[in-house]
Amino acid sequence: MFVARSIAADHKDLIHDVSYDFHGRRMATCSSDQSVKVWDKSENGEWHCTASWKTHSGSVWRVTWAHPEFGQVLASCSFDRTAAVWEEIVGESNDKQRGLSHWIKRTTLVDSRTSVTDVKFAPKHMGLMLTTCSADGVVRIYEAPDVMNLSQWSLQHEISCKLSCSCISWNPSSSRAHQPMFAVGSDDSNVTYSGKVQIYEYNENTRKYAKAETLMTVTDAVHDIAFAPNLGRSFHVLAIATKDVRIFKLVPMRKESASTGPTKLEVQIVAQFDNHNSQVWRVSWNITSTLLASSGDDGCVRLWKANYMDNWKCTGILKGDGSPLTGSSGQPTAMSTVVGSSVQTSQNALNGMSSRSELTASHASH
Amino acid sequence: MMEEVDVEPAVTNIPAASDGKHLGFAWGPGDILVYETLYKASVAQGSGCSFIHEVRKDEDIYSPNLRKLFNESHHIFVGLQTIREDLPSKNKKPQFVSISKNYRSVIRACMEELQQVAVSTKDAEVATQYGNQVSILLAIELIWNLCEVLFIDAAPAGSLLLHLLDWVRLHKADVDEKAAEVLQSESPAEHHDYWDVVVSYVLQGRLEEARQMLVKQATLHPAARKMYKLMDTLLSKMPFYNPGGTQTLTEFDVKWRHWHGEVNRCLQDNSFASNQHLEIICKIIVGDEDTLLEHKELLSTWYHFLVTRLLFSHPTVKPTELHYYAQSCMTMFLDARSVPEPLDNILLAAFEFDIHQVIKECSIALNNWWFVAHLTDLLDHCKLLQSHNLHFGSNLREFLLLEYASGLFTHHSLWQLAVDYFDNCPEFGRVYLGLQIEHIPLDTERKALKVLRICEQRQMSEQVRSICKIMAMRALRNNRLGSALSWSIRAKDAAFATLISERFLQDYCTRGTFSDLDLIDNLGPAMLLSDRLTFLGKYREFHKLYGEKRFSEAAKLLLSLMTAKIAPRSFWMTLLTDALPLLEQKEVIFSADQTHELMFCLEELTSSLNHSAPGTDKPTQDEDIEQTKVELLRLALARNLAMAIIKEGTIEA
Repeated sequence: MFVARSIAADHKDLIHDVSYDFHGRRMATCSSDQSVKVWDKSENGEWHCTASWKTHSGSVWRVTWAHPEFGQVLASCSFDRTAAVWEEIVGESNDKQRGLSHWIKRTTLVDSRTSVTDVKFAPKHMGLMLTTCSADGVVRIYEAPDVMNLSQWSLQHEISCKLSCSCISWNPSSSRAHQPMFAVGSDDSNVTYSGKVQIYEYNENTRKYAKAETLMTVTDAVHDIAFAPNLGRSFHVLAIATKDVRIFKLVPMRKESASTGPTKLEVQIVAQFDNHNSQVWRVSWNITSTLLASSGDDGCVRLWKANYMDNWKCTGILKGDGSPLTGSSGQPTAMSTVVGSSVQTSQNALNGMSSRSELTASHASH
Repeated sequence: MMEEVDVEPAVTNIPAASDGKHLGFAWGPGDILVYETLYKASVAQGSGCSFIHEVRKDEDIYSPNLRKLFNESHHIFVGLQTIREDLPSKNKKPQFVSISKNYRSVIRACMEELQQVAVSTKDAEVATQYGNQVSILLAIELIWNLCEVLFIDAAPAGSLLLHLLDWVRLHKADVDEKAAEVLQSESPAEHHDYWDVVVSYVLQGRLEEARQMLVKQATLHPAARKMYKLMDTLLSKMPFYNPGGTQTLTEFDVKWRHWHGEVNRCLQDNSFASNQHLEIICKIIVGDEDTLLEHKELLSTWYHFLVTRLLFSHPTVKPTELHYYAQSCMTMFLDARSVPEPLDNILLAAFEFDIHQVIKECSIALNNWWFVAHLTDLLDHCKLLQSHNLHFGSNLREFLLLEYASGLFTHHSLWQLAVDYFDNCPEFGRVYLGLQIEHIPLDTERKALKVLRICEQRQMSEQVRSICKIMAMRALRNNRLGSALSWSIRAKDAAFATLISERFLQDYCTRGTFSDLDLIDNLGPAMLLSDRLTFLGKYREFHKLYGEKRFSEAAKLLLSLMTAKIAPRSFWMTLLTDALPLLEQKEVIFSADQTHELMFCLEELTSSLNHSAPGTDKPTQDEDIEQTKVELLRLALARNLAMAIIKEGTIEA
């Protein structure tokens, strides 16, 4: 792997989250400087900052895109105890020429009494639904019944998890065989409730979410959680960032006919990696769920892959080399895109092949 | 069984702090964004280094030179999939060999192009880069060729060695270059490379060419003519197995041993003792290992050594015996210091007929799935993977094809090739395709249509709906109502179609004209998607009829819009107002019955308005206008009714 390009983000404080949009042509960044920036990728691959604005009165922890079926919509959550929904307004033509766009706030969700730690949109087949979780241990699910009017959101569910929440992840499966399901992770040090990952499932009879499972084997603080995209599997795969990287397989068990409760899930651990040497802070799957990335206290990002025999191993490490780029900051909308020199990886095994004398370039055609 | 080889993961350096900071990341299509951050920071940190780095993996798909490789191999791949399963194997083998050769010629063509650039460029970095790519392709072709010989063609003893000989010759082109240089010189026999060339020819079993070279030497040394003649005879009499001939392998073996004995006798007789070069050649052709090993430089690889050794000591080698010779040759050739390289291990695994090990080692060593995916697919078609374990075999093929195709999918134009690969993965191809195709950026309408066509052909209805919805939403946001409507129709999204139709109607009310007439006029059966849309279409039809002065048809339509409840109540006033000009024509257009119906509609409308009127806060000015309109209508309707009755009551003269 190599660094293809480095973009000067120009945030005045730490960046906490970067989020690609669905098509990979736009990204949003959020920071402790309380702002969100939106970047657009041009045809030649360069990133331009097309919007930058103050979104909250505290550090912005996460920013996320809604599915493009709902238009250009962002949600952010912050230490200031709120989450907000933003919509892009198609601007005047001269704005477009200058490569700028405007985002306006459609709503502020103020129900939380503490820092809002994560914000995620539910899978699109559920409509336009937004979920937040807070340090006060409550997961809130909001819905915008009219997608053409994003200022109207109603709080549909308020779920108390009894533990301070740090992260949520929706099961992306839209199969009719599964009810909507999400997982919540907690970084609470509470010992009474020792299982730090809870799985909730929607019950169409009670029209409420009920807890389907608590992962009792995860007893340390959980910082991030991610369901893998479902590729026609009958079971679910969940990655967890805690004191190590863990991957679980959740197998729905056959429901007894009279049962009206949530599906019983058989929990199996598939892999566990402690290479990060201490806390793991983020985990996330790539689009095809063939690669998992994790970030930890060792300052590295690690990539994990399963071979066709379902054995997982680390296939790559991204590591700070101790010489950060010094960028020119100052111009607010400047897009100083530095095309990074290809910092080549340590030579890959095959490059050894090319040193064989008979395989060098002197061969004539045959 | 495939044991796991523990390969250390490659480390990629990011220009970021290494101490006290974390690296955040975000997955994108085909890349991963990485940035410095600090999780659980309790105090403001100041900006530190706020750079975001785009980290990419597969460079190959972005290389324009390999484009042809991907395109042409795709073509071969698709052709391979169509070979009928029910044909007996013996008919299929030549086809598979031919396909294998096609793949290899594509690799060679690509290599040659790259080679040309590498040689002609002035940029040292480019030359190195291209040179590396050429090396890798060379290795790939070498491996593929060997796999073709051993697995696909599966030559039996006798032919096996001949094929291996071809294989070695194909990959040792420097001999010909050297030979050309020598032959073009003034006195070839005195060229310092002369003997190297002769020996190289012999090592490759190219005895005819060796003999021709030796003639030149012989003419320079007439005194040694007898010795040269003897060598020439030995070389010319070496038996080579002829697979198409009538001689059996056993017969050939006998003949060969006889010849071998003769060569040996010459050696014992010291027939060539006075000429060190000829002595060496004699020792080579008798299969003397030490002499062969003395020519490591000319052999340059252990597998050349292997083939040469077999040629001159055991030409009837059986496939099952190969691995023993391969292992020992590798050990003999590589001195104690050198470690086998990945290529060596791959070739060794091939000689051991351990197909899975070959695939596995290639997967580890190579940066791109292209090679293993295509080779495994071909081997699977030859039913060579299934001999291990049916389920295992087909899983491996799919796994590799899915990996390869997923990699292609991130490329702005190669993704279209990937579709065919997914189509030929029966277990997971469809779901992988469905998932990834949704993420393709719909930069232009043309591209969106292309993507749609692919989804429609495969009945991926959810993807179709989603893509159309995204396009409709995008159009609506940019106020392109016609485009939005047409996408909603394609998405079969009734709710959205209704919404857009409302917009059209609102537009009409404010501006008095319709936009996107073409679209609305040609709705056809799509009109039925939503009531509002139907109304929009019919309303426009009314306007058309009116414009064409087909007044009675227009009148009929207008009336039906209300009586059939196609028009929303909110629009009735507008429709009745539209009726006014028809009522005020000199000719009677609305019949008496129709006029009655219109009156009825008007009353229905006004009564419902009256019900809402008391208590509502309407400005009186609006009320006045409404009231005036109603009165005008009542008057016009009454007049029309009178005229209609008269007209219908009059007997035509």
